[in-house]
Amino acid sequence: MMMNRRWRTLFVASIILVSAGCTHKPGIASALKPTGFGSALIESSGGKQIGATGMVLTQPLVVQVNDDQGTAVAGALVEFSGPAGVSFDPPSGLTDSSGQFSANVALGSMAGRYQLIAHTFTKAQKSVELKIEEIALGYQQEVGFQLDNKYCARCHDPESTPERVSNYDNLEVKPHPFTEGDTLNKMSDVELTAIISHGGPALNKSALMPPYGYTLGKTEIEALIAYIRLISDPPYHASGMVYAQR
Amino acid sequence: MRSSLLQSMKSALSSLWQKLFGHPVRAFGVVSLLLLIFLAIAPAKNHFSEWRHYQKQYLSLIASRGDAVTLQRHFHDHDGIQQIWLPQLGVVDRCTTCHVGLKEASLADVSTLLFRQHPVIPHTLDQFGCVMCHRGQGPATTVEEAHSSTLAWEQPILPARYVQSSCGQCHRAPLTGTPQLNLGRNLLGRYGCVHCHTIKLPDGSAIKPTDDPPSLEHVADKTTREWIYAWLKDPQAYAVTATMPNFKFSDPDARDVSAFLIANSTPLAGDTAPASNDSGKDQKTPDPAAGASLYGESFCASCHAVQNAAGNVVGGDVGPELTRVGNKVKPEWLRAWLRNPRVYDAGTAMPHYRLTDPQVSLLTAYLGNKTDSDLLANVHLDAATPEQIAHGKLLVTEYGCASCHEINGIKKPDNFAPELTRIGSKPLTQIIFLPGMTHAIPDYIAAKIRQPRSFGAALKMPQFSLAPAQIDALTTALLSLTDRAHDLPLALTVPAKPPSNYQPAGKAGQLMADLACFSCHAINGRGSDLAPDLTWEGSSVQRQWLQAFLKNPGTLRPALIRRMPKFNLSDEDAKELTDYIMTVYQTPAFDRDSMPSSGYPPAQVEQGKQLFYSKYACQSCHIVDTKVDKGYVGPTLTQVGSRLNAAWIYHWLKNPQSMRPGAIEPNRNMNDEDARALTAFLMTQKGSSKQEAKK
Repeated sequence: MMMNRRWRTLFVASIILVSAGCTHKPGIASALKPTGFGSALIESSGGKQIGATGMVLTQPLVVQVNDDQGTAVAGALVEFSGPAGVSFDPPSGLTDSSGQFSANVALGSMAGRYQLIAHTFTKAQKSVELKIEEIALGYQQEVGFQLDNKYCARCHDPESTPERVSNYDNLEVKPHPFTEGDTLNKMSDVELTAIISHGGPALNKSALMPPYGYTLGKTEIEALIAYIRLISDPPYHASGMVYAQR
Repeated sequence: MRSSLLQSMKSALSSLWQKLFGHPVRAFGVVSLLLLIFLAIAPAKNHFSEWRHYQKQYLSLIASRGDAVTLQRHFHDHDGIQQIWLPQLGVVDRCTTCHVGLKEASLADVSTLLFRQHPVIPHTLDQFGCVMCHRGQGPATTVEEAHSSTLAWEQPILPARYVQSSCGQCHRAPLTGTPQLNLGRNLLGRYGCVHCHTIKLPDGSAIKPTDDPPSLEHVADKTTREWIYAWLKDPQAYAVTATMPNFKFSDPDARDVSAFLIANSTPLAGDTAPASNDSGKDQKTPDPAAGASLYGESFCASCHAVQNAAGNVVGGDVGPELTRVGNKVKPEWLRAWLRNPRVYDAGTAMPHYRLTDPQVSLLTAYLGNKTDSDLLANVHLDAATPEQIAHGKLLVTEYGCASCHEINGIKKPDNFAPELTRIGSKPLTQIIFLPGMTHAIPDYIAAKIRQPRSFGAALKMPQFSLAPAQIDALTTALLSLTDRAHDLPLALTVPAKPPSNYQPAGKAGQLMADLACFSCHAINGRGSDLAPDLTWEGSSVQRQWLQAFLKNPGTLRPALIRRMPKFNLSDEDAKELTDYIMTVYQTPAFDRDSMPSSGYPPAQVEQGKQLFYSKYACQSCHIVDTKVDKGYVGPTLTQVGSRLNAAWIYHWLKNPQSMRPGAIEPNRNMNDEDARALTAFLMTQKGSSKQEAKK
């Protein structure tokens, strides 16, 4: 009986500990006294980035606190949280004179989508949340990303960069951007492998898509598919993203 | 009171003794029981060990899965403590005792890290084990000992953000899957870390700096003391992309260093040039628009960046940023530099443009206007005193300026800073950590790069201006320099390509050095990958085209922003270079005269045209007919018949990568007949001289 009670207390204590760990309340929060309160959080920049597992994203995550009129609020407390393994530097702080707060984000050690949460309080202590999504590439997806950059993005990415002018608009039959989940999620791995290896005609599609089966090896094509599956929007569900979504 | 308590305790104890050992039989029983308990401790400890707990968790996890039977069979094949033993690599890893599902593909979606399948990597667990990549203590069988550092064990698990460092222990060449490691290694050279810190690689060579800091021997010809002062105080205020670190000099120290550098500088003949005397400066100010267009036509932006109004840095990073160059260089020096940069710096990456005097004046005026009125506004320096100059010399010596820059009368110090050859395995006992810092080598390295002087205000290491991702990349590159990396048998490592010191011969070789061809092109393994590799250029192009191109480079790839500059070569120089390239840069793979450049049967040409547009759909990436084709990825082919050699086209179509490794054009596994027909079609694309001029 005694033992039982002891186990029960232990159990309860561990539940409290675990849940405390999960909510991830940064300890500094109490030390910071907000001088302003807003009613809305908006993402300024740094969302939808593609980074590597465990590594700091290239752009900092910047959010802005606005009041009812949509004007920026300075001195509002912003806290960031995310799934296990995600770290923010700094995890919380007050918005600057332009109503913005920024932090460097390092994603967790598993490949997948990470949902990050920015958090602030209204004057009435009501909490306001903003969800931001980032993607972490594992080794295989990273290889796919590099291959995409080298061979595919010139046609499949409609956006031009100063370093790379997109060829998308020049093509009579438009390629599918790799984020286009509505189309690509319906294709099986076998189909994707076929079209990459043997070109568009393999699936009765345009010959403007050339075959890469004699240029890329089997593991490279697998890496490319792993990458395409990970960045697809809406998300592709057959691969392992369960962890990151929890 | 107290004595009665003692009395009662004493009697209780003696009665207990009586009860247990009063009778020999009872005593025997009690002793046997105690012995049994002692004997049971060892098996009990084993039974309740941590790893069994995790194995039980694993079994209950897989019990509810569809493939439970298969998973259970795999598990029971290897019950108990697991071990991967690789004597050659020094690996004894028991990690798979708890991480049971690492090899189970069906566990890729499991939510607990512990039981999830290992992500796909090019190596297998059985061949490499775990600690090779993740560090930690392999033989340990408790969570604490395996993952954390203890007094006896200094290698905790490596945080995921630095895991690419482990690839670098064996792989010396850049890998597709390790961009962070590649970047870090690049930065070690680009930020000049290795000027002060020696880093020897396992093959005995040392990492070489790639930043080429300018010599300060004649610095007074080039710039003013005020600029040096402002630069020393904050290099990034002059140019955000500057790699020069901030030494955090106080105002008097910066004053004295600038005083010394100017006083110590010697003039160099031909280093400065007065404004051309034929056009009086007051009468005719050069047109800024003409200067801008000359800057554009010369493709200065291929190498030099300028920060635009929006704050974005636009342009190449081979040469220094020019946003505020007018604040820095003296016009007389700039004129001389533009005329021939090799007078001031023989080894510069800048080509020697053959600019005319009016062109030099135009560019000098254009660049001279790139100023920021705030930069030097608050710099007021009085004439330097001998004491200040002497103190400046002392500071220059103390801070090791000569490690990077050549300075008259000061020798480059040897091993100015600690050697970092084995920094990734540095014993923690040799490190002084800051209060509150995690006692682990990655944290130490990152903190040291981030803010070197936080470890002591008197330290000499300057403050570098690095983004968080760059700091992580540098930390990763340094962490790869472990004892293991150095002690592995060379046969087990993957070496980098040895550096090439290829040198083209004769007059053409001198010309190529003068034009700094290697700043953009690679030949025989030497040079940069900014522009196409020219190792086999002589087999690739036609003589006439090459000579005309060198005189006046036209556009081959419309979408490129980095272009071949026009060097204003003389006919003689263009011919010299053409002759050399056509003769020397020949592939042994085929005979360049094996196919004619014209005279193909019309039927074959027509067949080639059909293949171009239908079967191979080359118009995705190339333009043959400017009216219909739009492809922007590959070079425009409107005049390919007068540009390329027929045999080259044929062999390129058969296998692009064998002609130029890494080419992005896919290998189509083309049969001989198709390749011949396409070659015939392409060779009819001679282009018109008009088109050529326009492009």
